[in-house]
Amino acid sequence: MTTLAASKRPAAVSSEELLNPCWAEVTDLREEIDSTFTVWLKFKDPALQKGYAFEPGQFNMLYLPGYGEAAISICSDPEKRDAIGHTVRAVGNVTRAIGRMKKGDEIGLRGPFGTHWPIEQLEGRDILLAAGGIGLPPLRPAVYHILHNRAKYGKVILLYGARSPSDLLYTNEFEAWRKSDIDVQVTVDRADDTWKGQVGVVPLLFYRFRLDPAKTAVMTCGPEIMIRFVVFEALARRIPADRIYVSLERNMKCGQGFCGHCQLGPFFVCKDGPVFPYSVIEPYFGVEEF
Amino acid sequence: MADIPLSVGTTVALPKDQLDPLLSRLRDKGYRTIGPRIRDDAVVYEPIEGLADLPRGLTSVQEAGRYRIVASGNQRYFDITPGAQSWKQFFFPPRVSLLEFQKNGGWKKHSATESAPRLALVGVRPCELAAIEIQDRAFLREDFTDPIYRDRRKNAFLVAVNCLHPCGTCFCASMGTGPKASGGFDLCLTELDEVFLVEIGTDAGLEMLKGLPLKAADKADVQKAEAGLASAKERMGRTLEIGDLPDLLLKNLEHPEWQAVAARCMSCSSCTLVCPTCFCWDTQDRTSLDGAHTERQRVWDSCFNPGYSHQAGGNTRPTTRSRYRQWLTHKFGSWKEQYGVLGCVGCGRCITWCPVKIDVTEEIAALRKEEVRS
Repeated sequence: MTTLAASKRPAAVSSEELLNPCWAEVTDLREEIDSTFTVWLKFKDPALQKGYAFEPGQFNMLYLPGYGEAAISICSDPEKRDAIGHTVRAVGNVTRAIGRMKKGDEIGLRGPFGTHWPIEQLEGRDILLAAGGIGLPPLRPAVYHILHNRAKYGKVILLYGARSPSDLLYTNEFEAWRKSDIDVQVTVDRADDTWKGQVGVVPLLFYRFRLDPAKTAVMTCGPEIMIRFVVFEALARRIPADRIYVSLERNMKCGQGFCGHCQLGPFFVCKDGPVFPYSVIEPYFGVEEF
Repeated sequence: MADIPLSVGTTVALPKDQLDPLLSRLRDKGYRTIGPRIRDDAVVYEPIEGLADLPRGLTSVQEAGRYRIVASGNQRYFDITPGAQSWKQFFFPPRVSLLEFQKNGGWKKHSATESAPRLALVGVRPCELAAIEIQDRAFLREDFTDPIYRDRRKNAFLVAVNCLHPCGTCFCASMGTGPKASGGFDLCLTELDEVFLVEIGTDAGLEMLKGLPLKAADKADVQKAEAGLASAKERMGRTLEIGDLPDLLLKNLEHPEWQAVAARCMSCSSCTLVCPTCFCWDTQDRTSLDGAHTERQRVWDSCFNPGYSHQAGGNTRPTTRSRYRQWLTHKFGSWKEQYGVLGCVGCGRCITWCPVKIDVTEEIAALRKEEVRS
């Protein structure tokens, strides 16, 4: 069984010092929605910043001495090279501490790690992106890639859902995306007085349009239960399992398949993933608590 | 007798009392000599000076959840079978400093200064050699190597001892890792009543023997050793059929046996700590009270710990059933796809040291017996 091709060797990791973070500085930190913020980082070493490149879907390990390290996917435009963006939900010690940082503060950074959305292999295809909640940030670099190369793709649809209208990320960008002919479909689990859009879970949005299974590729990230049903809907529309790509979340400590935590069957999600063709993980993904 | 030809691959006879000069020679070369000795009624691997430190005339009785040191009935030095400790502690230390950070107008990192010790490990069983080779595959990959493991491993001198005295929880013969070592050592001893037969595994091993009063291995001794090893193979306390692994496990992920074993398993992680191949680790920050100094450490972790698979989205394996299944299907299943071999060497530690007597050989047999093919 083969996973996606390994991405190039991380720029900010030496083989001698796998767990040694490189220092970066906070250039900007702002709240997106309640308890979720975007932190922009720039390496203190200009040469490192210059040499650092990532592919859409990859992640970094962010480290604060005394607090620990967390795997955070990169949410910014791969072509924007002056700073690296991470949208973070403050849920644990590390992420909460990162949220309290100020411009100019230092943070340890290793990366980028993992496989990426195979966006370049999918040129010429229709693309369906399906994201739930904090699953949108790892997909956003792929959206930017498509925007930069819009003519190379067919129909592009983004399905995005969150629990409530106030939980939706990046809403101020949707208009620009729509202008570039990305069909942005948004839904919430529970509406409020302000909401005039769709209500329901993300997989239900599949019923709003027709997909061409011969042309379409699916990329999805979000809660595992959402991924499960997105895959179900995609397979029901005869999109082949090897053209459905999912990005998974697991506990990670090292980023290189050494520490063992992120295993899913034979795979280390940090190095064989986080992006997998569904066909590869199918035997294990459906097994509860595996 | 001083002039028997020595070369890698040959076997010579070493008078028993010559192990002391061999060890002191290793120390002269800068090695710390580590071997089996008795502490708190169990075998541990600690610094040894020579024969006097070895558990002479002793062996252990081991069964599921039971370990006792007993007289072996003869005066050999290496009749002891492994205790809870394994040699992995020397290459993959249970707790090791990675980095330190001092807050001084900004965090400054400096790499941990501890350099890799030169260790001569004496009395490594064939199953344990196999375990070291398995950990090599995890820590010394082509794309990334672990520098701590690599330097410690490279500096080590391995004196193996073929196993003539398996115990009740041993099944190395089933796993194909023993009782005779097939390589991976500098020197390999087979202990007879009168002499050690010494197989030379490397040039470094050969160098250490030079000048010692060696004898040619006489035919009768070699035959005695072979007979002893053949008999040891027959006296394994456990057997495990491995022909249908890893498929048996990976195709039975919903087998009712997982629930049955989870009802007994305490998720205590003993099996992973005593396992010579388990390689999972965690990182921890130790910080001074004023927050000015942080030491980042690497510590052993276990897939049985609740935090092991916990992330923002919840715990992937919240139940003992899921954790035991992960451990067993990894060790005897997905390990093969990851590293090309199964992750078990048949040393039996996980059986002996399980407080509730869970036995991997029985669990795998149970999965086979009521196999539910999905």
